[in-house]
Amino acid sequence: MTDKLETITGNRGLQLEQPLIFEQDAPGRLGVDLGEPQTSETHLGGVERKDAIGLPNLSEPQTVRHYTRISQKNYGIDSGFYPLGSCTMKHNPRLNEKMARLPGFASLHPMQPTSTTQGALELIDACAHWLKVTCNMPAVAMSPAAGAQGELCGMMAIKAAIEDRGEGEQRTRVLVPESAHGTNPATAAACGYSVDSIPANDRGRVDLDAFLSKLDDDVAGIMLTNPNTCGLFESDIIKIADAVHDAGAFFYCDGANLNAIMGRIRPGDLGIDCMHINLHKTFSTPHGGGGPGAGPVVLSEPLAPFAPLPFVVHGDDGFDLVEHKDGEGEKSFGRIKGFHGQMGMFIRALSFMMSHGSDGLRQASSDAVLNANYLLAELKDTLSPSFDGPCMHECLFDDSFLKDTGVTTLDFAKAMIDEGFHPMTMYFPLVVHGALLMEPTESESLETLDQYIHALKGLTAMAKSGNADHFLEAPRLTPRRRLDETAAARAPVLRWKKEE
Amino acid sequence: MSMKYSKEHEWVLIEGDSATVGITNYAQEQLGDVVFVEVPDAGKAVDKGDEVAVVESVKAASEIYAPISGEVSEGNATLEDAPATINSNAEGDGWIFKMSIGDASELDELMDAAAYADHVAGLE
Amino acid sequence: MRYLPLTDDDRAKMLSTIGAKKIEDLYSDVPAEALLDTPVDLPSHMGEIEVERAISAMAAKNLSTADAPSFLGAGAYRHHVPASVDALIQRGEFLTAYTPYQPEVSQGTLQYLFEFQTQVALLTGMEIANASMYDGATACAEAVMMAGRVVKRKKAILSGGLHPHYREATDCIAGYHGMTLDAAAPSPSGDEDLAAMIDGDTACVVVQNPDFFGNVRDLTPLADACHEAGALLIAVVTEVVSLGAITAPGDMGADIIAAEGQSIGNALNYGGPTVGLFAVRNKHLRQMPGRICGQTNDVDGKRGFVLTLSTREQHIRREKATSNICTNSGLCALAFTIHMTLLGEDGFKKLAAINHANAVTLKGKLENVDGVEVINDSFFNEFTLRLTKSAADVVEELAAMGILGGVPASRLYPGNGDVENLLIVAATELTTNSDMDALSMALSKILGGGQ
Repeated sequence: MTDKLETITGNRGLQLEQPLIFEQDAPGRLGVDLGEPQTSETHLGGVERKDAIGLPNLSEPQTVRHYTRISQKNYGIDSGFYPLGSCTMKHNPRLNEKMARLPGFASLHPMQPTSTTQGALELIDACAHWLKVTCNMPAVAMSPAAGAQGELCGMMAIKAAIEDRGEGEQRTRVLVPESAHGTNPATAAACGYSVDSIPANDRGRVDLDAFLSKLDDDVAGIMLTNPNTCGLFESDIIKIADAVHDAGAFFYCDGANLNAIMGRIRPGDLGIDCMHINLHKTFSTPHGGGGPGAGPVVLSEPLAPFAPLPFVVHGDDGFDLVEHKDGEGEKSFGRIKGFHGQMGMFIRALSFMMSHGSDGLRQASSDAVLNANYLLAELKDTLSPSFDGPCMHECLFDDSFLKDTGVTTLDFAKAMIDEGFHPMTMYFPLVVHGALLMEPTESESLETLDQYIHALKGLTAMAKSGNADHFLEAPRLTPRRRLDETAAARAPVLRWKKEE
Repeated sequence: MSMKYSKEHEWVLIEGDSATVGITNYAQEQLGDVVFVEVPDAGKAVDKGDEVAVVESVKAASEIYAPISGEVSEGNATLEDAPATINSNAEGDGWIFKMSIGDASELDELMDAAAYADHVAGLE
Repeated sequence: MRYLPLTDDDRAKMLSTIGAKKIEDLYSDVPAEALLDTPVDLPSHMGEIEVERAISAMAAKNLSTADAPSFLGAGAYRHHVPASVDALIQRGEFLTAYTPYQPEVSQGTLQYLFEFQTQVALLTGMEIANASMYDGATACAEAVMMAGRVVKRKKAILSGGLHPHYREATDCIAGYHGMTLDAAAPSPSGDEDLAAMIDGDTACVVVQNPDFFGNVRDLTPLADACHEAGALLIAVVTEVVSLGAITAPGDMGADIIAAEGQSIGNALNYGGPTVGLFAVRNKHLRQMPGRICGQTNDVDGKRGFVLTLSTREQHIRREKATSNICTNSGLCALAFTIHMTLLGEDGFKKLAAINHANAVTLKGKLENVDGVEVINDSFFNEFTLRLTKSAADVVEELAAMGILGGVPASRLYPGNGDVENLLIVAATELTTNSDMDALSMALSKILGGGQ
């Protein structure tokens, strides 16, 4: 078989082995030509660095080749279908990159006088406007750095509002469905709340009775993802919101799945009090291998006064920034990040939203939902769907179709890699056994979906025919095969060290 | 000397007024390859049900709760460098901590080997 | 719509496969009153040309540091980024990949994270580093919470030379988490006695070096005082280029480093996104927040990399996680790593030397201006001026003259009369002598005429 072919170099055609930069060091090489310092006079307070740092010296061509080669060991949305549920891996338009790199934005310093940054403040305001209208919410906090920080921001606003009405000591509990993203309970705990888990019903939604029985006057809020992590719309959401408000608590909505509903359903019409928006999911700012993200939080009227610093206001002479806890910022719960938020992401998101327009955003969410339902329809007799459709923008299966095959969800996913697809999300949400969560997004063509369906049907047939080895050995065709995570965790090697 | 078990899959070896605690073989199988164990320091006073130690695999972390009230007298320091001992010998060298028995009546709430075997059978 | 591949024919065919008549049928779980019949009230879609025109018009309203002599610093620095950095980070395989949870198809991301962690550890003089935080300010807050977990005490002492945004973010994030902060008054001269503030409740002392006003100091005595009291020393670095010229904080005894890495590889971007650096001692590894990449082998015995020690993190540990952080600053970390690779040992030290030399030259020019006093004895590439009038007013006058003259301390310490006339100015390798002459002439004009 071709995958057994041994080469002299270890390279395999376009798959090129690449050592660490530290292993390519040669003293005397330079990747940047700098001039000479214009004076040798120093004022370094007597702590001049005397020792070597240990950084390697490489030339520019070596550096360019190094990072080009290692990039080729990655799968990106540019490379192919990336149905990672809950992550919304959609196309990242390069126009957005171009806009973010305009020198008028990229070379703008955050502490310039606002008289010299009116265009930047206008852009933040415009991005905020699109988000508020899309969600039908009166305010938005723009500064959170990513989704998880948006959650933190939302829960801090809730805590500040509760403390403002003198119920800080009384309300100490936050309700979180068991299907929630791990960031939800982590965030509630980071705000000093105890977390109470709400079970799901057999339809994959919040068990309304169980929820109501846990709702009391010691509850600060509920953190609910909608559409939820099973890819289902919480059909009781308005009842839940009403009950939360009747109990004097607040409704935090995790907006990770906004991509299913933008332009068709406005979260503000569902009775939520705050929701973070992952600009790097719904509004296509690139995931970048793990960030940077941006997590603006839309806020209801009661929470708006507690929004974090800074925020943009319309002043007498144009736009202004409120940076301190006075005037309009008097009730703000404070600052959660340096400077003014992820400006570079606001530009990209605005570029994406303007390109789509209100009609295109509505079409995008519809196509995302259509694509997911198409996968569900085509795969429901092959794989084992966890819940009946229709689903929203992602569809969930459990591993019962693999029963007695000797193949696990993980093995199945690894075999997908050899077929040229990025695996779906595995083992999340936790509410079904061996979960396979697929989110196709609106970026995929029917042809791609059909190829994917064809591959999954073929793999399932192979698993059921008793060919478990094919899966246990997978992936075979990747730059690296399965990696020993146990060894990595038992004796961590977290940096390169010079051999003694 | 007698061996008792908790619903949380801990074993408790009772020797006089001292108890040795670890996780059962069933628990280590469920957890998979153990990569790290956080053992308690001697002198830590615990109430029954308090979190005392943590056993981690690559993808899961399992809290170990005090099966009874008392004071920790020793943590198994060898697990720091050899967490895999829990996989190879969960109910022997893979013990996690020793403690005093603060309230002997709490021992009555633990299961004997037969009851624990029934408990595990009920989970499968 | 150019981003949507489905045609109307495709949609009709798919609906029929699903067994639905219209797209609305797929939204049948949504309460009817919440379903919109028409798009929301925002403009319709636009072509590239129109979007480019609209956004470029906003960019054109700004006075960028690329178009004016700039002396702005205070936690964000304009440095030259080699062209290849930006070209490489825009490779689709880096740009459009998710967090490397599937290591077999993510070795590119994982390898650069391993290189990044090593670079950060080397630069800071620490044993290990994580795969990045959002920014320096949030890294500082996380460091304080981590110290709370390690030392099992609740109080943090913050230096008066700590960047006010770092203090505020720490106050907010760590404060909500239950930590209490004891923040020293702003200390432009750098002479504060933090050791005297340490007591038995102190989990950590946070000190920035070079500090917010530019002063450089030896942290060793403070580290010793912390350790004697069983507390940790957290060293904050907002200008990472300084580490090429001054002793690494790890070598001065710091236990946790929280730093801003924007200066290397990353544009100013009006303050975000940037990249937080976080480094610790090996013994505190399990309490470190954020993602960590580790080395291992694959089933064929070849070296490879994976995310590891994930049991600290929210997706496994949920409410018991060390932090709620999930997405961090991957691509900014890549830019940092590539730029640092291009610089190398020699280039990085030279870059630092040039920055310092330019600041020394700037100081020489400015201290000859009537009405300007340089208050620092020590500095790296940034120092503080005491002017004879309000620094905020002077900055506005300079801006009107087309010069971005620095950061008035009052913008970050509102209502504090002591800092009213303090102006913080920075010079980097991009600052030319003619920029410096323009600033000194303008200051001399503004200050000479006024008093």
